[in-house]
Amino acid sequence: MTQSTILSLVVFLPLLAGLALLLVPRQRVVFCRWWTLAAMTAGLVASGAALSMMQKGAAGMQLVHRVPWIPSMGIDYFLGVDGISIYLVLLTSLLGPIVVLSAWRSIGEKVREFHFLLLLLQAGILGAFLSLDLFLFYMFWELMLIPMYLLIGVWGGPRRVYAAIKFVLYTIVGSLLMLVAILYLYFAHHAQTGMYTFDLLRLYGTELTGPQQVWLFAAFALAFAIKAPVFPLHTWLPDAHVEAPTAGSVVLAGVLLKLGTYGFLRFALPLFPSAAHAAQPLFLVLAVIGIVYGALVAMVQTDIKKLVAYSSVSHLGYCVLGLFAFNISGFSGSLFQMISHGLSTGALFLLVGMIYDRRHTREIADFGGLAQAVPWFAATFVFVTLSSIGLPGLNGFVGEFLVLVGAFGANRIAAAAATTGVVLGAVYMLWLVKRFLFGPLVHEENRMMSDLNGREVLLLLPILLFIVYLGVHPGPFLRRMEPSLHATLTLSTPGPGRVETLRMLQLSTGSLRGSGTGWKAGAEGATAPRGASVPLLPATAPEFTAVVPAPGVMDQVLTVTASAFAVSASAVGNGVAR
Amino acid sequence: MTNMGASLFAILPELVLTGAILVVILADLLLKARPGRPTAVAVLSCLGLVGSVAAIAAVPGPGAGTSAFGVMIATDGFALFFKGLVYFAAFFGVILGLMSSEIRREQYGEYAILLLCLAMGMGLLAAARNLLMLYLGLEMVSLPSYILTGFRRGDRRSSEAAVKYVIIGAASSGLMLYGFSLLYGLFGTLDLTRIGMGITRLLAGPPTGEHLALAVATLLSLAGFAYKIAAVPFHMWCPDVYEGAPTPFTAFLSVGPKAAGMAALLRFFLTAFGAPVAGAVGGFPWQVLLGILAMVTMTVGNFAALNQENVKRMLAYSSIAHAGYMMMAVAVGSGDAVRSVMLYLPIYLLMNTGAFLAVMAVRERTGSELLTAYRGLGSRSPYLAITLTVFLFSLTGIPPFAGFIGKFYLFAAVLKAGSPFFNVVAVVGVLNSVIALYYYARLVRTAFFEKAGEGEGAVALTEPSRVMLTVLAVPTLILGIYWGPLASLIERSAGMMR
Repeated sequence: MTQSTILSLVVFLPLLAGLALLLVPRQRVVFCRWWTLAAMTAGLVASGAALSMMQKGAAGMQLVHRVPWIPSMGIDYFLGVDGISIYLVLLTSLLGPIVVLSAWRSIGEKVREFHFLLLLLQAGILGAFLSLDLFLFYMFWELMLIPMYLLIGVWGGPRRVYAAIKFVLYTIVGSLLMLVAILYLYFAHHAQTGMYTFDLLRLYGTELTGPQQVWLFAAFALAFAIKAPVFPLHTWLPDAHVEAPTAGSVVLAGVLLKLGTYGFLRFALPLFPSAAHAAQPLFLVLAVIGIVYGALVAMVQTDIKKLVAYSSVSHLGYCVLGLFAFNISGFSGSLFQMISHGLSTGALFLLVGMIYDRRHTREIADFGGLAQAVPWFAATFVFVTLSSIGLPGLNGFVGEFLVLVGAFGANRIAAAAATTGVVLGAVYMLWLVKRFLFGPLVHEENRMMSDLNGREVLLLLPILLFIVYLGVHPGPFLRRMEPSLHATLTLSTPGPGRVETLRMLQLSTGSLRGSGTGWKAGAEGATAPRGASVPLLPATAPEFTAVVPAPGVMDQVLTVTASAFAVSASAVGNGVAR
Repeated sequence: MTNMGASLFAILPELVLTGAILVVILADLLLKARPGRPTAVAVLSCLGLVGSVAAIAAVPGPGAGTSAFGVMIATDGFALFFKGLVYFAAFFGVILGLMSSEIRREQYGEYAILLLCLAMGMGLLAAARNLLMLYLGLEMVSLPSYILTGFRRGDRRSSEAAVKYVIIGAASSGLMLYGFSLLYGLFGTLDLTRIGMGITRLLAGPPTGEHLALAVATLLSLAGFAYKIAAVPFHMWCPDVYEGAPTPFTAFLSVGPKAAGMAALLRFFLTAFGAPVAGAVGGFPWQVLLGILAMVTMTVGNFAALNQENVKRMLAYSSIAHAGYMMMAVAVGSGDAVRSVMLYLPIYLLMNTGAFLAVMAVRERTGSELLTAYRGLGSRSPYLAITLTVFLFSLTGIPPFAGFIGKFYLFAAVLKAGSPFFNVVAVVGVLNSVIALYYYARLVRTAFFEKAGEGEGAVALTEPSRVMLTVLAVPTLILGIYWGPLASLIERSAGMMR
């Protein structure tokens, strides 16, 4: 596998495997499961191979695969990966086989179609993370819609029909307005350069007037804010989560929501920096409201799955908060939080799904004292809970901490308000643990429940390992994402640094070279030397490096471990005392 | 091109079609009581249509501005493209009619003949460069349509639909004729190009009473086109006619005449008014007029479709909405806009015919067109349900289906116009797509999320239905991912009238 085709393999492996699945007779249920598991595992291997092929310390796009698609419109098939998207791709690929395993027993009807849709969804998500052509991105972005609609609607819970249509309508309102904005940007870029292209790296350079930026940013931000979801637009999420089958919830929480925050990071902020900065107060407020409101609402839920769903609203609030801090620690924290939320919340949904498979209820009141009946399950649940509430030493802490540091640099009040979310998070999760797992075992039917079986252990184990690994040793991850984040941060900051950074990004990606017939930039590309992957030094944004230089992150993490631990501990005390 | 021989050669497609019509009439008469009669008629009709499409390729030099019989009939790429398109639509109409039990076997010959006549009328309508020819084409499309709508003679709904169709059709024809007569009175010619020159001269001068007359004439002519493409406020016939007409004919009616009407509308406005004139200060604001009409049309169509319990009727309203989407681009009137409409129509032909084919297949088995007949279709007839889903999501305009590409080009053309007004039009357009998603997804929901009721067994697909569904669904998927060849065909054909 050569450098240029590995990403296409990552995207199209699930798609082709899914199409092949349709040729299998529908009765061969077991084969469908194994086939999908094999395809997802192969996809994970491919993503891992992509990671190993990447050059460390480079900011630009790597492993670029670019083929002219519709030259008359300047549409390219254009994939590339950088330090930002690779982790989201890895997360998606990691959750792929896990999701298949989690559905091994719980999906009994229309098994072939279920797995086909899972594979299609996987391809759509991976494609959206890797696309560098806005048209291609939009195709993949919308490709996710139909599989998710059907996954919720066909295999979902009692109110699945309502939840499915709500999900689709919310999503499409945002996406279609974004489509209009994409087209507007495309024509605005043409008006300036005389070139039709959907190449993101070229469109970054479009000079827009203030009102244009505001409108376009609003359209993009709406699409991503619905997906993320940001506070007043979050109402589709609890419905979709609760009604979706476990596999759907895991994909939804694990990666689908990240497309919203990723969209901000990759598209909305760097494309329209002035408008994004102008919108900073609004989004800081919305993010903080989301954090606190999500946590408060989670606290009063009686359905475990709904509780976890609202906790997602709260956690995604941190991601948005970090992004709109507009500094490097906010950005890295946000990206780190995206990954660790994918792992912890994914695991929580998996665990809730396991208990639902056994008891067919998710009401907290129907449980209690499970630790006596199913000790391994209970231990795992407690472990994941601790990761979710940000216990130092586990993954959740690093992201939240960095986000809060970043937010502190941007706006102290917002940071202070957001910190209450950490406390509240500990309260609702630990209170859940207390009612769910501890105390007397009042419901006798729970006593007969079986503990985790081999398959369940197998699917949880990778997540648990990563939760620990990311928690105790986040340094390599942070260092690898940093150059790309720096570049994105510079692009997201209106000012002279943008042009230079953009040029380096374009050079390293070969975006300045003509590729299709729709290109009219031959002269420009010819004079520019083609550096394979020019690393972007953080020096392009010195004012931000001062906040928290990432190599020193571990020290900082360790120094505050004690204090954060104290906060958690007191919350534990409060929660259990109730 | 005044040479009679060359002119005759230029209408080779029509000549082939005329020959085919005569052959089909004869065959239908001669085969009277033979069991294979409908099949033979269908085969001959299809051969005739395929022959006509082949003849299109043979017509010489489809350059811009070429025409035959003086300046009566255009033979430019634009006209030829639309001829091919409407012949294809008729082709599907012929085949769907053969598969449907709504067309009685002994009447099938008449059905096919009328459809072929209609095809010829649509071709002429798309090619007309003269008001008289335009009107003739329009009537040649309308008259067989009235008959075919009332084709199920015993059915009250069918007869009622036909009567409504005739009355509204006659009224709008009358309006249109009056508009044409005003144009003739103003400029002393029926030739669209000459009228265009006259309008340019007129609008360049100081405002007089003639400007008012021109405005009235334009509005009245527009009425005729609006009727043909089922645009608001001349859409009222559409749902009743679509519901009452036999389903295979509805499938045809929702695409063929709409395409031909769209072609005539484009040619009328672009030849007679011309985009540059309209852009000029003091120009007649027909772009704004059409833009508003487009927004109203799609909004009315989509909102009315929301709560329809009859799927055929829902698709009728949705076809009104689609006319609205295309009118956005007509309003822009640029070369890109023309091309985007030309791209949209073949895609629309595929997906809309496909959706109606699915409706027909369900009706053949359950005897119902109601939403409730689609409950549990996902398990009762998976293939039908999946292809129907493809068509519906394509109609919505969701990638990776062809409908998305069509809409993408339409919106691109509208946004490229770059005026605030058209930006608003585009936003209204996308918001309409959201409404459309709701009712298309509602049908998908009924098919997949709801369980079949008591006694609702499997919907067995006949082999021809399966084949036709595949024939329509596969290009709907392929064009959604790779539409380059179609786009370049249109690029070549669009070198149009001016």
